[in-house]
Formats: sequence, structure tokens, C-alpha cells
Amino acid sequence: MITRRELQSFFDSLIAYIMIVVFLALSGLFTWLYGSDIFYVNQASLQSFFGIAFWTLFFFIPALTMKQIAEERKTGTIEMLLTKPISEWQLLWGKFLATLILIGIALVLTLPYYITVWKLGPIDHGAVWTGYFGLLLMSSAYISIGLFASTITNNQIVAFLLALFIGIFFHIIFEFLASNMSGILGSVFNYLSISNHYQSVSRGVIDSKDLIYFLSIIFMGIVSAEAVLVKRTVN
Amino acid sequence: MLTAKACFFRKYLKILFSFSRKNIKQYILTMDIIVDGITKTYGRQNAVDELSFQVKTGEVLGFLGPNGAGKTTTMKAITGYIETNGGDIEVGGISVNKNPGEVKKHIGYLPEHNPLYQDMPIIDYLGFVAGLQGLEKNEIESRVTEMIQVCGLSSEKHKKIRELSKGFKQRVGLAQALIHNPEVLILDEPTTGLDPNQIVEIRELIKNIGREKTVILSSHILAEVEATCDRILIINKGKIVANGTAEELRRQAQGNELLTVGLGNADRNEAFNALKELPSVALVDFANGEGAVFAVHSKERQQSAKPIFDLCMQKGWYICQLTPVETKLEDIFRQVTQN
Repeated sequence: MITRRELQSFFDSLIAYIMIVVFLALSGLFTWLYGSDIFYVNQASLQSFFGIAFWTLFFFIPALTMKQIAEERKTGTIEMLLTKPISEWQLLWGKFLATLILIGIALVLTLPYYITVWKLGPIDHGAVWTGYFGLLLMSSAYISIGLFASTITNNQIVAFLLALFIGIFFHIIFEFLASNMSGILGSVFNYLSISNHYQSVSRGVIDSKDLIYFLSIIFMGIVSAEAVLVKRTVN
Repeated sequence: MLTAKACFFRKYLKILFSFSRKNIKQYILTMDIIVDGITKTYGRQNAVDELSFQVKTGEVLGFLGPNGAGKTTTMKAITGYIETNGGDIEVGGISVNKNPGEVKKHIGYLPEHNPLYQDMPIIDYLGFVAGLQGLEKNEIESRVTEMIQVCGLSSEKHKKIRELSKGFKQRVGLAQALIHNPEVLILDEPTTGLDPNQIVEIRELIKNIGREKTVILSSHILAEVEATCDRILIINKGKIVANGTAEELRRQAQGNELLTVGLGNADRNEAFNALKELPSVALVDFANGEGAVFAVHSKERQQSAKPIFDLCMQKGWYICQLTPVETKLEDIFRQVTQN
């Protein structure tokens, strides 16, 4: 129920269309025309696409999740929802799923890239599919972080910035720290960095270590979001 | 032909079945609300302070109190939206603390500012809420149609909620609360911000719906509570300060009888003295205005109408006014909520 309504509201307001169009435009531009695009590299691979999707999704997901709880809080509809026989847990997963489906739709629409590249030359199919899989995992992690950020405030902008702020640690700062440190601390930061795990998945290797990493971020995000929601104290 | 007949028969059975089910539901389930010593603190302040009361099945309770008295907090606690710091609430024998999910199924709740998804059409919104309440897919459509009819929304049903007038929004809020045919209805200031016509309409609606349900209704408008509710509960600073029917409250507050007496054909001062001499009269005041008009206070548990009448017969005066002065609910409200 929740998922359907959320998706409907994505598509009713222009958010979904804008997000999909801009995502396709940016990833298309960098895959085909600009910078280290396919013709420049002269290799039939989607590495440049995955590189750019990695960054665009990082910015888009907080924009999608920022209103999900914050707005319910602001308009008071959260009270309506939580006095119905559904739990906070169901509410959050419903919203999570809706956003993930939207990202999924955007990614499906990039499949023509894959098909054209495939026609152009020999491509590593395995790497492409794990690349997509990695994008979905990474998106899920950022969605749950974004949802958490959205629960602790009723201001959408704050939720957006907060999600980016938390996200940037996982996105680059941990990796940066890891490269500057050695020993245990270095490997801890190395483990915490999303980009490391993303790269290893998109290289074509799906390791259970990476899976556990992503799943635990997703659960941590949702569980802490639930804890905040249950308290109901934030104004 | 045969299938059409069978179809009709099936429909008939279905209706019959749903009727009997409804009746059973009504007679077997008693949906009393028992609030047992709940306390809720915000920071250091007690919003609700060991509050206890009961609402019987089928009763309409008016919940009164000044702003910040704890009305909304109490209602939110009953709906399971906020957890209390102490005490428990039972709805139909089910504890809100232990089994909030189950309690929520039996409650229809209209929150204070009537939050709605502004960008949804009425039909979709009601369908969404029906789904949240866990209604079956085939039930949803019929319930939504029924609610649209009951709440008088037929002409607007495809409009987005944003486009509706406040009165219609309030109807949507009510429809939303009633969608799963709950036994308990909790309405937090359902008529605030409406114009007098809309207030009357909503009030009628609540009255009709409330016949078979346990209803708690909070309001600032005392006349409204008196018109719609069986019983009135006034709280102040999180505690109950008055509880009873409007009649009972009046009687309590009033104490001794008070009459406004107007005498024709009488001298002002002579009449004043004569009234004062009556054995049942405790005190006489000149009322405002010209002529022999007085406020006559009777002694405890005594009535002065007959002695006054007799006095007039004797003196040859005639009575042009004899009205018992009722304490208004407003006065009671002020009396109990101002220390």
C-alpha cells in the first residue's frame, strides 16, 4: 500500500520524470560524448557509465528520500499513518521499496546503452550485470541513509544535506582516510568505504563480504530510522 | 438466464450474511474505553496527570478543556500514537500498551488539524486508507463508495483534496476515520475553522454516525458539546475537573435556585422588602433596568415560585416575568478551569 502510494506520488509530481531524464542525460553524456567516453577509451565496456552513475545516484537519492518522512511529519500525515494498524517498520520498508523501484526503473532505461555497446564490440557481460547489481546495492544503502536523515527532521533541505553529509563519508572520505593510514585503522576505513565495495562488485566479483557490508548499512539505516520514529519527539 | 439468477441469489446471500455479521459485531463486542491513571510528561511538565475515566459502548463523550489542558495528548494516547509514561488504556478489553496494533483496528481517528495528502483525489485517498486498515481488496471499493455517500462527497469525489473547501476536507477526514467501520471514533476538534452551516452539517453527521459507536469528541464550542454529547468531561492541567451530563453539571454548579422576578403594578422598594421577608428567600437583588425586577436567590433546597405567586395574589400585583436563571455551560467551564 505504502509503496504504491509513494510511487504514485513520485510520478504525480514531476520528481520521477525529472530524476529519470536528468539521470539518463548525464549518464548518456559521459558514457558516449564527453571525457573518458567509450570512443576515447576505445573499449566496449560500460566502466565509464558505472563511474558516472555512481556519482549521479549519490546526489539523486537524497533528493528522492528527503521528503519521504520529513514531509509526513510537517503536514502531520504521519499521525494519520501511525494510528492505522501498520508499524513504523512497514512504513519505512514501504518507502524504501518505492524509491528502490524508481531507481530500478531508471537503471532499466539505461539498458539500451548496454545493448548498443554490445553491438559495437566484445563486452564482458558478467561485469555489466554485476555492475548493475552493485549500483542497486549502493542505491539501497543510500536510500536507507536518506530515510534515516529524513526521519530526524521535518525540514526537507536539512534532510537532504544531512543525507549527503553522511553519504560523503561512505562515498569518499573513508577511502581517502584509508589511503592515508596504515594498520588496523586503515583497514577499518577501507572496509567502511562504499566505493571500495562498489568497485569490487562492479569488477565482476560478488563476494559475501561485500553483500554483508551493504546489507548491514541498509539495516542500520532503517533500524535507526525506526528508533527515531518510535520516539516521535522531534518537532 | 440461469447464471443471472444464481448471481442474484449469491448477492442476496452476501447481503444477508453481511447484515447478520454486522449485528453480531454490534451486540457481542462491547467497546468500552477505560483510561486508567495515565500520565504523560513533556520535559518537566505533566501534560496529563494520572487521568482516569471510562466511556461506555455507544456513548458520546464530549471532551472539554482550555488549550493545553491535555485533551489532544489524551486522545493521541488512546489511539496508540504516543506512549504514556504511566497507566494504561483499554479499548474493548485490549490494552493499548500491550497490543497497540489490535486496538488501532477498532479505532477511527480524526487528528486535530485533519492532515490529508493534498495531491491525492478523494477516491484514491480513501482507497489508500482502506488498504492501510487492512480491508480486503473487494471490500475496499464498496466501502469507499459507501463512505463517499454517507459523508456527502459524491459531487467532489474525483477532485484532488487540495481543491476542496475546508468543510469538504473535514468530511474527507471523517470518511477516512470511518472507512473500516470502527466501533470507536475519536475526533479531535472536528468543527474548528468551519462556518456555521458547515458546523451544523458536520455535527449532524457525527450525531448520525455516533448512534452505534463509542465516540470521544473534543471541542472548544460548548454549545456543540451540549448538542452532540451524552456526557461531558472537563479537564484542566491534565486532571479531570468536572464529569457528568450537561444537566448534572449545571445542577452541581448552580447549587441554589435563582429566579428573575418582574412585578407589574408594584412599588419597587415595597416589593423588594416584601420579597425579602418570604421564608424561602435567602437574598434579593435589584436587577438591572427600570421597574420592579429582581434577582431572587432561594435558600438551600427551597423553591420560591409559589410563595412569590401567593404574595402577588395578596398584594394585587401581577407577575410579568418569572424565569429560572440557568447557569450556562460557559460559566461552569470558567468556574472549573480557572483557579
